Order: sequence, then structure tokens, then C-alpha cells
Amino acid sequence: MQKIEAVNDFVVKFANINGSGSASANELFARAILRMGVPVSPRNIFPSNIQGLPTWFEVRVTEHGYLGRRGGVDMMVAMNPQTWDQDVREIDPGGYLFYDSSKPLPRAKFRDDIHVRGMPLTEICNQAYSDARERQLFKNIIYVGALTALLDIDPAEIEKLFGEQYKGKEKLLDSNIQALKLGIDYGHTHLKPIAIKVERRDCVGDRIFVDGNHAAALGCIYGGATVCAWYPITPSSSVAEAFQRYAQKLRVDPETGAHRYSIVQAEDELASIGMVIGAGWNGARSFTATSGPGISLMSEFIGLAYFAEIPAVLINVQRGGPSTGMPTRTQQADVLACAYASHGDTRHVLLFPEDPYECFEMSAQALDLAERLQTPVFVMSDLDIGMNQRLCRPFTWDDSRSYDRGKVMTREALDAGADFGRYLDVDGDGIPYRTYPGTHPTKGGYFTRGTTKNAYAGYSEAGADYIYNMQRLRQKFETAKSLLPLPVLCAARYPARFAALFYGSTGPAMQEALDTLAEQGIYINALRIRAFPFQNEIADFIASHSKVFVFEQNFDGQLTTLLVNEAGVNPANLIPVLHYDGTPITARFITQEIAERVSRLNVRPLRHDMVA
Amino acid sequence: MTYLAKPKLHHPSLAKNRVGYTRRDYEGRISTLCAGCGHDSISAAIIQACWELDIEPHRVAKLSGIGCSSKTPDYFLGNSHGFNTVHGRMPSVLTGAYLANRELIYLGVSGDGDSASIGLGQFAHVMRRGVNMTYLVENNGVYGLTKGQFSATADKGSKSKKGQTNNDAPIDLVTLALVMGATFVARGFSGDKSQLVPLIRAALAHQGAAVIDILSPCIAFNNHGGSTKSYDYVREHNEAVNRLDFFPQREEITAEYGAGEVTEVRQHDGSVVRLRKLHADYDPGDRIRAMSYVQEHAARGEVVTGLLYLDSDACDLHQQLDTVEAPLNTLGAAELCPGLAALEKINASLR
Repeated sequence: MQKIEAVNDFVVKFANINGSGSASANELFARAILRMGVPVSPRNIFPSNIQGLPTWFEVRVTEHGYLGRRGGVDMMVAMNPQTWDQDVREIDPGGYLFYDSSKPLPRAKFRDDIHVRGMPLTEICNQAYSDARERQLFKNIIYVGALTALLDIDPAEIEKLFGEQYKGKEKLLDSNIQALKLGIDYGHTHLKPIAIKVERRDCVGDRIFVDGNHAAALGCIYGGATVCAWYPITPSSSVAEAFQRYAQKLRVDPETGAHRYSIVQAEDELASIGMVIGAGWNGARSFTATSGPGISLMSEFIGLAYFAEIPAVLINVQRGGPSTGMPTRTQQADVLACAYASHGDTRHVLLFPEDPYECFEMSAQALDLAERLQTPVFVMSDLDIGMNQRLCRPFTWDDSRSYDRGKVMTREALDAGADFGRYLDVDGDGIPYRTYPGTHPTKGGYFTRGTTKNAYAGYSEAGADYIYNMQRLRQKFETAKSLLPLPVLCAARYPARFAALFYGSTGPAMQEALDTLAEQGIYINALRIRAFPFQNEIADFIASHSKVFVFEQNFDGQLTTLLVNEAGVNPANLIPVLHYDGTPITARFITQEIAERVSRLNVRPLRHDMVA
Repeated sequence: MTYLAKPKLHHPSLAKNRVGYTRRDYEGRISTLCAGCGHDSISAAIIQACWELDIEPHRVAKLSGIGCSSKTPDYFLGNSHGFNTVHGRMPSVLTGAYLANRELIYLGVSGDGDSASIGLGQFAHVMRRGVNMTYLVENNGVYGLTKGQFSATADKGSKSKKGQTNNDAPIDLVTLALVMGATFVARGFSGDKSQLVPLIRAALAHQGAAVIDILSPCIAFNNHGGSTKSYDYVREHNEAVNRLDFFPQREEITAEYGAGEVTEVRQHDGSVVRLRKLHADYDPGDRIRAMSYVQEHAARGEVVTGLLYLDSDACDLHQQLDTVEAPLNTLGAAELCPGLAALEKINASLR
């Protein structure tokens, strides 16, 4: 029988029951491998449920540092009878099944082309523990112990992790170590070795292991947000919760203990964006975190902020839509909803972070951009980035960096006789000056409205005033292009006719796919889009290739639509490749799609200097 | 209203207040509402109250929703910043603005459609949070700008101008504000300026969520027989529980009253509200009693006006959030950015 053999390059998937305490045990498993210097990329695939429904935890072990989802499963840790059949089916031929053998299962429940390692976990737990909760929790630790033995994970790393976790709680520390040893001993004495292994390396470097929501929250701390208004919604809630935790440590007046921040959990998303806009109008940096349904509810306000030209930052952790939709599944399905949010002719600035590092960077940058451009700015994260811990570059900050507060007219400028027109383009970049409320006793006050106004914010329904305003807003949107992060080119080793466009969480899987394709002799130039409005570089890139695959994690090809609408791209040049089942896109999916399509386009590499 | 602009020149003999402004300095643009609209009387009362209180006009932020009432902030305090937000959502914008700068005075202006219909949720929640503001509802029971539909405060059985009868139960914003935790709750009548101006003054000085439900007849769509929000109806059914005198902190209390006739309440900022009782059994310090009193009289068809509830120990949102004294919008990178050293510690904790 075929046997998958791999060192530091495999996928282990845990099938568990939600609420059984498995998540922390599985994370422990992932972290132990990371501490051995081998990169891992775990993904929690969880239901909209607190207890009882199936949940999975997939760990990609990857010495090469491929942090996207690979696709396929080399080892299944099947701890959930509800999903047994599906879990067993998912294992790659020659792969491994680890399961609780306390209760005998008929032969038909297994497969002939996989290697099975059974361990009577329940039996062992029932013998070792009398308390029901202990039996449950330590069962998880015991299977981590057995896997430690099977995969050659260094138990000392897990013990160290326990030591950090249970610092000062010696009793808990001891009982966890005991449970771990129970599993390791069983693994060594009763389980036949397998051919996937972890070996110590030094491939992690100074990278950090963090989820995108924590990173975005920290970005808001560093970017100077003082007002956070939010409404709980999966998968974005942990942004605001992390902001609160970081702020409690980092934003407290050392003398008085008073807070240099404010957080309001609003009654709904309408109120949370309203508060963000009120604070932005009044000169404080403010943000909200939400997901698709929240964006829908906020839409009227987003349009008001666009036309009234009020800074606001929205961190949209995208999920499967609509409404209740698939709240615990990932998608990039809000691209159009955000780009054009609200009624009237509106267009919004979008940033597409690839990983937690960019969640941090772009959240901080969004606060600058929102004030510079006086407009809502969206950070388009998603569940895959937001709620999964990912290895990424360490956060950095230049201490000489100051906040760009944009064009704010001061009392001094008003006294000096500056001509203040709230919606007047004085610099040719479409960005007007604003005053904060309370600036000057007699000058600079104005009444903020949507569009019934002239350049001096006076009430006007005159067509000419409306046209002036709309054209200035268009000019402002042009100006935005020069301020946004540029796309990142990943050029093929050889001149390539085909190209791929991608954005956001597709990044890591794409890196791996490009390498795999190159090994197959298929060379693709790839461009990662990081912002909307699209810079000219993007249209130029598309124009210089015969066909461009656009990888998206949605059904409608939303970025493709946006490219056709906004970048003057010939639709015939674009081939949308869509992954939209709610799970993160995999490297295997990308590889297969490109390989098939390239071959269908009848292009076969003959020699390496004449490539696809 | 008038289409004739008032002369910009001020008469030199116009009285100035302590901060050097005449009453005219508190005016705004010319109203575009219908002649005789109750809302214009309320704007005049706001102007009077702010002038008397020696508030610098630019230190007031005026926020409103959508509707006739929400247009009015353009018609007073012309040098103040104003914000005509979206329908029914002014409270959240005001909350955000208040978070950004606790030093300004926040005046929310709304109507019955804006606050009781589309915006009922935000009306309730802003009271819960204790946002330091004065929230005026210019309540006429009708949608004016869309020409005469009933709003949620229209009384059951009242008739529209077109003769339709309202079958839905009314929402009483005073009762709702009391339930939701507003700490200053009053009802006034646009036709009774002598009662309204002191109420607005006291509300502006109140350090917490202050709401005044002001009956403000709609001359165009709701001032006919069969309406319960018309000038005639409100005058006939007005039951004022008290008359108010308001003394800011620095003002000496000079008026004299007979023994047992008045109650004094000192507010957080040192100002004093002196109430002359008209209903001997009414105690504005008793929230529970206030609710039943208002409801008992409503059941008899009476509209209770006056200062209905005052919590002199109100705690506002910034106190609850324990924010720094300096307005958040004045803090810069030095106060807000923890810097690279702190970030490197965080990085280390994530390995």
C-alpha cells in the first residue's frame, strides 16, 4: 500500500465537536511545531454554534513557509463520530487516520488505501479520570501526546508552552503534563510509527504568530484611533475586543489612569457607523469593525460620509453572505458592496490586506488616508486572515512618523483671512479644507449636509453647484490613487504570456501555486492588488498579457467587474477563476485551474526559454 | 417666516451678554419653514436661552436628523457647526461627536417622525448611555416635509387634515426617556416661551442626557379640529406641573418666593433650578412617580408640561468611560502612539 512520506511538509486535520475544548489542544499542537523552527499555518473551520456542531482545525506544516491552504489531508485526527464518513473520505490515498478506538467500528467504516492508528482514548480517560469535564479536556491533551510521539514532536516544547500558559497555576501545569505523558507513552508503546515527521529546523526566524483581527486592532492603536464604535458580528468582533485589551495597556494616562480612547458597543451597525462619523466630523480618529451584513446596514451613512466628506475607517472582516449567510466561513464577497456602498454616485477607497502584518499596516494607514482624503476607507480583511493565527513579518513602526491629519483649517489661518470654503477645491487635488467644530467664534462654522450645497457649504439645489461638487469628488478619487499602496508584482522567471491577478487572503496560496506551476514549466506573472481605486500600473499589467486570470473568493467575480468598470480593462482579457465554497482558497485549486486553462488555451511549453 | 432678510447691521444699543454677544449674534439663516410654524418659536427660544446663558455660539454643536425640525439648526446659531445627518440617526452621530470632544455643548434637534418613528431605537439608546446633550424633539405628530402623514406620536383617534383617523397607539417620548434613563426630562409647548426658555437653559446646563419633548403645532398639516397637536388643543389641555426659574452657577439668586412655594435643585455644574409648583403633589425628583403621573394625565386627555424629572447627580458617558480630561480630538501621536519599543515587546509575546 502507498504510504505518504514527508518531513515538515504535510497537512493534519482535526475533526472535533464544538465546545469540547479541542481548539486550545489543537493550537498547542501547532505552536509546538512552530517552536521547533518549522512554520505552520493553522486554520479553524468552525460552525456558527457554541456547543455541539462539528468543527475542524487544519494544520499545514510547511518548511517552505507556504502559509496558504494547500488542499488535501495527509493525516486526519477523527474525533467526531458525526462527521466520520466525510472525514475518512477526505484523507489523501496513502495518508493516515488517527481515531478513538474505544468503541469498535465495522470494517466498512474504514478505507483500504489509508493507514489507521487507533487509540482507546475514552477508555484511557475513563480509567485515569473520574470527573466528566477532566475526561473531556484531558482526552484532547492525551491525543496531542500520542501525535507528539507519532510525528516526533519534541515534548519539551509542549511542556514549555504549558509552563507559559499555566504560570503560577502549578496544579494545572502538572495535570496537563501528566496527560501529555500518558499520550506520549501510549504512542511509543502501542502505535506503529508513521512516515510523516517533524524535524527541528530554523525556518521561522523573527516572524510572529498572530491573527489579523488582533493585528488590525493594534494598527488602530498605533494609527491613533480614539473612538471605536462597534456591534458584535462574526468574524469581526475580536477586532474591537482586541482594541479594548490593547488600549487598556497602551492608552492609559500614566498619571491619572484615565483612558485616551473610548469604545462604545452600539445597539446596531447603523449606530456604530453613526458614532464613527460623528467622531470623524469632530476631529477624532475613529473606526468600526464589521462584516458584510453590517456594511449593508451602514450603507446610508457611508454615502452621507462620502458626500459630507467625513473621515471614517471600516474594518470589514468578510464572511459568506447574505445576512445570516455563512457567518463562520470566509469569502471576498463584499468587494462591490463596499466599493459602491450607498445610494447616489459613490465610490470608496478599499485596502486589501494579505496577512496580519498588512492588517496592522493598512489599519494604521487607513486612519491617515481617511483624514487626508476626508472619506470612508475600508480595510477589506476576511475570516481567513482575521480569525486564524498566521505567521507573518514582525510589526514595525517608525517613531518619527506623525499622523497625517489632512487639510484642517486652524483658527490662526482663519484669522489671517484664509478663504474658507468647506467644499472648495483650492489645491487642484479635489480635497477641500475642513474646520473642526468650535474652532473660531465668527469664521469657519458651517452646516454639514449631503449634496444640497455649494462650495461654501451654503444650502443650494442649483445644478451647477451639484456638478462642481461631483467633479471635485471625482478629482479627489483620482488623487487617492497616488496615496494608496501600489500593487506587488511577482514576476515569473521567464517572460510569460499569462498573468494572474489576486488580492487579500489569496496571497499565500498563490505563492505556493506559482512555485508548483513553475516546476511544471508553466510560468505566470502575478500581480497582487492592494487597493482601490486602481492605479495605472494595474491596467498596464493587464494590457501587457494576452490573458489574465483573476483569482477571487466570491461567485460573481466582483473584482473583475470593478476592473472592467473602473480601470478601462478589456473584459476579454480577463478570466475570472472563482473559489466560493466558504473555505479558504487552496494552492492545489489555483495550480489545477491555471494548469488546465493554460493547456486548454493550447499552449504547451517546449523548452524553458519558450514558456507558457 | 419672511423672505426679507433682516438687516445685518445691529442697533448699537442692543444689549450684550457677559461674553460680548447680542441676541442677534445667536441667530442663523432665515427660516424656510411655514409662517406660524411652532418650530420657529422653538428656534427663537434656543436663541434666547443661549444668549441668556452667555454661551459662546461657536462652542455649540448642533446636530439633527431629517425633517422640518431637523432643518431648523440652520436657523439659529449661524456661527456654530451644524450637521444635518440621516433620518432618525442623529443620536449616534451626536454620541460620536461628543466622544471626540467633551468640551463643546451638544444640541440635538429632532422631530417626532425622526425620533419616535424611524429613530426610536437610537432615541432610546442615546438616553441609556447618558450622553451629555440637550435633545429637543419638535413634536407635531405629523410628517410635514412629505405632506401630512401621521407620525408615531399622533394620538389614537386623532384626525389628519385629509380626514383619516389614526388607529395606532401613540409613543410618548417623555415616558420612554424616563424609562431609558434620561436624567433631565421635560415637556414644553412652542406656544409658551416663558416656560420653554428656562427649560432649555436648565437642559443646556445639565451634565447628562437632557430631553425636552416640545409640542410644536404644524400650521400646514396638523392644526385643524380633530388634531390633538394643534395650537388650540394643546392650549386647552396643557397641564403645567411647575414653572421654572433657572440660575446658572455664577448668578445670584435674587427672585423671592413665598415659603413652601418652591423647590430648589442644584445641578452638578453648580447651577440651580428653582421650581414653582403648580401641582402640589408633583415631585420631579421621583422618576417612577413621574412616569405614572404623565400616564395618568395622558389617560385623562391632559398634556403634562414642565420639568418632569431631574437627576441632579447625573453621570455622563465620558465619566462612565473614564476618558482623559483633554478632548480626544486634541491628542496627537505623542499621547496616542505607544512607539516601536512597545511594539517590539508585543512582537516578542507573539513568538
